[in-house]
Amino acid sequence: MADARDEIDALIGQFARLPGLGPRSARRMVLHLLQRRDQALRPLVMALDRVAQTAQPCQRCGNIATAPICDICADPRRATGEICVVEDVADLWAMERGQAFTGRYHVLGGTLSALDAIGPDDLRIPQLLDRIASEGVREVILALGATVDGQTTAHYIAEALEDSGVTLSALAQGVPVGGELDFLDDGTIGAALRARRAF
Amino acid sequence: MSVHLSHLTLSHFRSHQRTRMVFDGRPVAIHGPNGSGKTNILEAISLLSPGRGLRRATPDEMVRRPQALGWKLRAEFATQDGPRLAETWAEPGQSRQVRIDEKSTTQLALGSLAPMLWLTPAMDRLWLEGAEGRRRFLDRTTLSFAPDHAAQVLAYDKAMRERNRLLRDGVRDARWFAALEAQMAEAGARITANRRAALAALADHADPDSPFPMAEMTLDCTAPDDLASALAENRARDMAAGRSLIGPHRADLRAVWTAKGMEAAQCSTGEQKAFLISAILANARALSAQTGTAPILLLDEVAAHLDAARRAALYDAVCAMGAQCFMTGTGPELFAELGLRAQAFAVAEKDGVSQLSEEYP
Ligand SMILES: Nc1ncnc2c1ncn2[C@@H]1O[C@H](COP(=O)(O)OP(=O)(O)OP(=O)(O)O)[C@@H](O)[C@H]1O
Ligand SMILES: [Mg+2]
Ligand SMILES: [Zn+2]
Repeated sequence: MADARDEIDALIGQFARLPGLGPRSARRMVLHLLQRRDQALRPLVMALDRVAQTAQPCQRCGNIATAPICDICADPRRATGEICVVEDVADLWAMERGQAFTGRYHVLGGTLSALDAIGPDDLRIPQLLDRIASEGVREVILALGATVDGQTTAHYIAEALEDSGVTLSALAQGVPVGGELDFLDDGTIGAALRARRAF
Repeated sequence: MSVHLSHLTLSHFRSHQRTRMVFDGRPVAIHGPNGSGKTNILEAISLLSPGRGLRRATPDEMVRRPQALGWKLRAEFATQDGPRLAETWAEPGQSRQVRIDEKSTTQLALGSLAPMLWLTPAMDRLWLEGAEGRRRFLDRTTLSFAPDHAAQVLAYDKAMRERNRLLRDGVRDARWFAALEAQMAEAGARITANRRAALAALADHADPDSPFPMAEMTLDCTAPDDLASALAENRARDMAAGRSLIGPHRADLRAVWTAKGMEAAQCSTGEQKAFLISAILANARALSAQTGTAPILLLDEVAAHLDAARRAALYDAVCAMGAQCFMTGTGPELFAELGLRAQAFAVAEKDGVSQLSEEYP
């Protein structure tokens, strides 16, 4: 009996370390799952196992996908000639929830920061340059945070694209300092996108 | 009546075990012997604004020794919209926490309660020492007029630290430098404009009839108008130095006594003090004109350097503005000219604990 208790405690501990959860909510979740073994626990185990096997970064945009190319990149209707550059997948998901953008994305995987030892080669900037040529991109929308690191990255990309012939724009002001996209509500993202300005 | 502090409780804060004060909005004169706990009260009030307070101390330095169990301040402000409750405290080894009207919030939110300006004896040497102290004084003054100044200074500072790292690491990516320099230039232009506007506001609100000699203050800033290009040209020299050699972070504040055309550093101790007093009074008047309410003033030991005529003039100026001005001094005679226009408190020290009592004439 003591063993089962230990394992359940360990499971609660793992849940409690997840973002947004604490020990209290973790205990309630685990108890809920244990009491509904067939309706909740087993389907969750199977879903987790499937995702663990199939989830991978999209080779083109860096989104999380279940195939080498994600649904957005595979959808020909989204080849609008617009690419929205975001810092991470959470920002891509936030843009998608806003349902305001119909083009494709490019996930950088971070922002430039000399102090944190993140340079251009650690971000997916060369891949962005390749895509502009191969996908016939006309406009690049920089949806990066209003932080110093976010704006340094935006300036850097703008310089790198100077001779590429694409139109560059940035989300309208109103993105609060330090407020990454993921924390904006869906309506705000749509408004910021419509009011985007030349960068 | 201007926004003012109406209640203040200090718990386990430096020499104060539990001190409770009630204020009615008049200026407040606090007297007592050396080491009795007067400045500690002013420091506590200064912590009701964002930052590290008038001693720039850490939360752990403020905790009452030897117990060191953490400290707490509780304050009520009387405002046009009714009373506001502010609480700030720190547990040992932790950063300071803030609650306003029973809700946890950030230190920056304290800035929305009541504007606050202060003068301490440590600033007496402002005109003689390094530019850093003068820049801090200038930026505090500027911040009182331009709330976005703090964010601009933080952004400039961060971009500069990033650039300094590139310089020290010998990185030669011109695009990366240009991206950071563009941001230093953008924030830097705002910083310089904010500072100039603040000095102009001080000059506009100087009182020509005041017995305090006025110094003409100017921004001594070698930063070129096109900072981005200048930084780009300066990269090789900056790399040799390992830091950014030009920009508003190198600016200085110059003060010249208008009447005599003499640099502040060459003036007497009392005259240098007087420049700071006239600057803080002009700052307070400018803020009153802009916002309709006078700031809270904290003047630590301001009476000590002044002769009786100037003391009276200072008290008249403070009362005319309707500012809640907290002043300290070693004896009650220093505040005699205030009479019934101010509240008076006496502080004494007993067994290492500050004892406070209000005095009625
Ligand atoms: N963390 C602390 N715990 C306990 N006592 C402290 C602490 N920090 C400072 N003190 C004491 O508080 C006392 C009063 O300090 P304060 O600076 O307020 O004096 P003051 O009344 O302004 O004196 P002065 O007239 O000399 O300026 C000092 O004796 C000091 O040693
Ligand atoms: Mg003192
Ligand atoms: Zn993709």
